[in-house]
Amino acid sequence: MTLEILIFLLFIFFLAVFLGVEVISKVPSILHTPLMSGSNAISGITLVGALVAAGEGANTVSTLLGTAAIVFATINVVGGYLVTNRMLEMFKKKEDSK
Amino acid sequence: MKFFTEMMYLVAALLFVTGIKKMNKPETARRGNLISACGMMLAIVATVLEFKILEPLYILVGLAVGALIGATLARIVKMTEMPQMVALLNGYGGLASLLVGWAEYYKQYTMALDPLFPHSIELYTSITLVLTILVGGVTFSGSVIAWAKLKEVMTGKPILFKGQQLVNAAILTSALVGGVLFVTDPVNSILLLIVLTLVALILGVTSVIPIGGADMPVVISLLNSYSGIAGSLAGFVIQNNVLIVTGALVGASGLILTNIMCKAMNRSLANVLFSGFGATSTSDGEKAKGSVKPVSVEDAYLILEAARSVVIVPGYGLAVAQAQHAVRELADLLEKNDCDVKFAIHPVAGRMPGHMNVLLAEANVSYDKLYEMEAVNPIMESVDVCLVVGANDVVNPAAREDAKSPIYGMPIIDADKAKTVIVMKRSMASGFAGIENPLFYRENTRMLFGDAKNVLQGLVAEFKK
Repeated sequence: MTLEILIFLLFIFFLAVFLGVEVISKVPSILHTPLMSGSNAISGITLVGALVAAGEGANTVSTLLGTAAIVFATINVVGGYLVTNRMLEMFKKKEDSK
Repeated sequence: MKFFTEMMYLVAALLFVTGIKKMNKPETARRGNLISACGMMLAIVATVLEFKILEPLYILVGLAVGALIGATLARIVKMTEMPQMVALLNGYGGLASLLVGWAEYYKQYTMALDPLFPHSIELYTSITLVLTILVGGVTFSGSVIAWAKLKEVMTGKPILFKGQQLVNAAILTSALVGGVLFVTDPVNSILLLIVLTLVALILGVTSVIPIGGADMPVVISLLNSYSGIAGSLAGFVIQNNVLIVTGALVGASGLILTNIMCKAMNRSLANVLFSGFGATSTSDGEKAKGSVKPVSVEDAYLILEAARSVVIVPGYGLAVAQAQHAVRELADLLEKNDCDVKFAIHPVAGRMPGHMNVLLAEANVSYDKLYEMEAVNPIMESVDVCLVVGANDVVNPAAREDAKSPIYGMPIIDADKAKTVIVMKRSMASGFAGIENPLFYRENTRMLFGDAKNVLQGLVAEFKK
């Protein structure tokens, strides 16, 4: 682990925060709940870390911890995306509502 | 192979950003969600291909169990229960990060103890590890408490005790001191890390219990942000770009929503987190004058029947009474009666950001009828009837007029400026914050007492007569 790598990772982190702020500020308030559950699903990206932890077979304890992490992260990912989709399906504009 | 995986991660990150960007319009939001899900799929597949997965069985079982639970939860949850659902999912995300942190620590720990190759754990790794575990733990237990409050498994009222802030500060300090101690000697500190995990879990509980039900939009947004930060920290631990980027995106999203919610209540984040707002009934505000004028369903019907423009202000009471379909039916009948109907939605109405919008969308209300507070207030004086359904504090004119009121300065929907106001309410009990609402005593206000759903259905029946 060198200082350069740390700086590089911090670079990515702060650029991503700024990008996030820019993109998300434009989401209208009527979509705030789906935005929240959708970004919640994205935060299940920890699943990637869980897969590595469970899959590399470093030792039994790590594998079991990783597997538990997979379960919870997958609930987060699958539940989050599906429920967001279910909500967004309902947002309709009705032409004939007059 | 490494290059290929990193490229896949890059594409996944771009898909996440594109997905969120498409959330800025209702027409494209669903596709955005799908794009983001594709990014997730890509990241998972790339990971499985890259790393020598030696225990495929564990992974498959884990994925299958998680997917099954997740899909079931997503299918059965009621739209009124969405805040609980989001709180719970946030908690799982935090727990997953916590577990990844522990798995990585235990791996490093056994490697460091290897008699053939004894070495220590790098400073960078131990710092990011302990941070991941702390933030993950707070996110998890805090979310569980938020879930319990929203689900009303425990009281939604703030739980306060003397010296609470001192206790919280002490717990936080001990977590930080413990973290520093851990970093100085990570290999021999496995017990300390267990203690720190417990401390983080306790901190999550103690920091959420003093926050009341109506402040939940802020808490959920904040926990959402934490879950992103926990994911990002886990990314620093295993030096994985896609985790860092995505976690940061979610962290930013949660922070923005937190900020919007605080502004909508005219309070600082510190005030929401530490003040225990609404624990005691504060009646310092000016005593309301005048008398309450109750009205029957039949009379309310006559007022609505004659109205040419109606603004409906929904609040948490609508969700409690599950009255979203009934209110839509009434809106349809009003429109048939040649009346212009708008829904005015306050940013903190309900228990999470956008809660009311989702409920009304479920009931098939066209989203171009949903108006934000800023859009409705300028036209309020020309509105014939403002129908308040289960909302209280967000239409309290004391916020505008009474400098002594605890909610003074909070932006509100100016329901009182409409020619006639009909307030649907269970009883005269004050709102969550325990603040008198002078709106109920105004000359132009009529109180329609009863369960929101029954009353709305009564009005619908009158229209159909």
